[in-house]
Amino acid sequence: MNDFSIVLANLFRAKLRTSLMLVAIFFAFLIFGVLAGVQNGWDNIGNSGADNRLVTTNKINFTQPLPISYIDRIRAVEGVEKVTYANWFGGFYQEPRNVLVTFAVEPETYLDIYRSDFALTPAAEAAFLADRTAMVAGAKLAEKNGWKVGDKIPLNSNIYTNKATGKRVWDFTLVGLLEPVKEEANPNFVLFHHKYFNESVTFGQNTAGYALLRTVDKSVNAAVAEKIDAMFANSPAETATDTEKAFNKAFASQLGNITLIILLVVGSAFFTILMIVGNTMVMAVRERTREIGVMKTLGFRDARIFRLVLGESLLLALLGGLPALGLAAVMLGMIRQLVALPGLELSPPYLALGLLFMLALGLITGLIPAWKALRLNIVTALGRQ
Amino acid sequence: MGALIDIRRASKRFVKGRETITIFDKLDLVINEGDFVAIMGPSGSGKTTLLNLLGGIDRATEGEISFGAARLDQLTEGQLSGWRAANVGFIFQFYNLMPMLNAARNVELPLLLTRLGKGDRARRVQAALEIVGLGDRAKHFPREMSGGQQQRVAIARAIVADPKMLLCDEPTGDLDRKTADEILSMLQLLNREMGKTIIMVTHDPEAARYASRVLHLDKGRFIEQGAMA
Repeated sequence: MNDFSIVLANLFRAKLRTSLMLVAIFFAFLIFGVLAGVQNGWDNIGNSGADNRLVTTNKINFTQPLPISYIDRIRAVEGVEKVTYANWFGGFYQEPRNVLVTFAVEPETYLDIYRSDFALTPAAEAAFLADRTAMVAGAKLAEKNGWKVGDKIPLNSNIYTNKATGKRVWDFTLVGLLEPVKEEANPNFVLFHHKYFNESVTFGQNTAGYALLRTVDKSVNAAVAEKIDAMFANSPAETATDTEKAFNKAFASQLGNITLIILLVVGSAFFTILMIVGNTMVMAVRERTREIGVMKTLGFRDARIFRLVLGESLLLALLGGLPALGLAAVMLGMIRQLVALPGLELSPPYLALGLLFMLALGLITGLIPAWKALRLNIVTALGRQ
Repeated sequence: MGALIDIRRASKRFVKGRETITIFDKLDLVINEGDFVAIMGPSGSGKTTLLNLLGGIDRATEGEISFGAARLDQLTEGQLSGWRAANVGFIFQFYNLMPMLNAARNVELPLLLTRLGKGDRARRVQAALEIVGLGDRAKHFPREMSGGQQQRVAIARAIVADPKMLLCDEPTGDLDRKTADEILSMLQLLNREMGKTIIMVTHDPEAARYASRVLHLDKGRFIEQGAMA
């Protein structure tokens, strides 16, 4: 037997009470773990993007299109090396809930700009460029949907109607699979020809959702952005040009202040757990007043009693929290297979934060009872006067 | 044998509201090594308070309390803890075992305060349980034992670290006569065979018969009656 055995024996002496506390802590940390993973994904969106890539959107917001004629004018701006453009298609496969991140793009320039992030094999790229009704998809996405190269795939749009059929469905041929070049890249999307899109939609022809450009060097980014926006000032479609990272961050923030939501949810969960566990620990130690008095009588010093009680609350927090973070990591892995959000994982900083929260929970809830135990007078504890 | 405990002019007073209550005043007492002393007296006479002072779990308001060469009244709380662990075994009326630990682990508790290794601790625990006749109940929890058995475990816990002195506070107060006699015989054996100095507070004249010396504490003064057995 050692001090840890005593801590363990004390912790599980009231099995139901301890189990309930463990369950409460487990769920609080499960919420934290999953939301921390989501936050990490969001952080990742905000931090993704090359330093010398800019995005030009309609100044009103990025859901408003730009005239396609802008693209050539942007190409002519000094400091711009390459320009491509894309339209959000609003795609889904078979059922609306099976949402696909789908863009109508100018293939040559789009693949060129993102070549450092993801790429096709040369044969697949040639096939994609040659066929107007071709599409390419992220390898994992294709695997998830059971697609193979050469398959005819009907994709639906929740925005556009196909002029040729009067329906919101387009037929594509899968000709290649996008593989990440950078480790953090996650090409979990579908690309197809903007030309095919442009000639078959019933509205919004000759527009681009946004222009994406690569500058000759990141040092000219600000000047290029200023020139582009100045060029289209006072036109019917004024532009806003920013770095790709800033655009991604703004895009993410359109979905709400995720950080604040996560903070509120996690904060509420932890506050509740703090009250429950703290109160229960105080009661549990109070019930043991006499036993603490006996241990002190036997010669256990105050500091050791303090450590035993504090150890109990720390162990409780770790036993509840660690499996929860483990399950959260597994759940995030499963969710990552379903949604295209790279970085949806319990990253080391958030894992460390989780451990820190566990220690804080253990310390805060254990400190008062441990201090009371430390201060406990033996004669009072034993009721001997 | 020489004096193990020497109390000189010890007083104990409590302040309760505006009133100061004197439990005893300028008390003198010498207990020799190897004595089996029973302290009797009416409720409120200060028997338990005296036992607390002897065990170093309470302090005298004034006076000197010596244990061998050590002056208990001059030790810090931390030093007193160490002194208790090394020199005193406590036996309480209601056993005061840890309910979440089995008999062996309850007995092992004082050994956690020593430098003994796991193997040595296990051997000592088993030996202590054998002495009290519970060698086969090591894995039993307090709730699975009778009052008499629990008190035996408490005695094993009190002797396992081989202290010089055992302090017993009404050790048979919660037991029937037959079991009480068994426990008292065991204490007597520990005193005679193992040389333990035993100081026992009791209301029970039958229990006091087992002691070699009986002291009556009344109104803060001792009246010695000598051996009753």
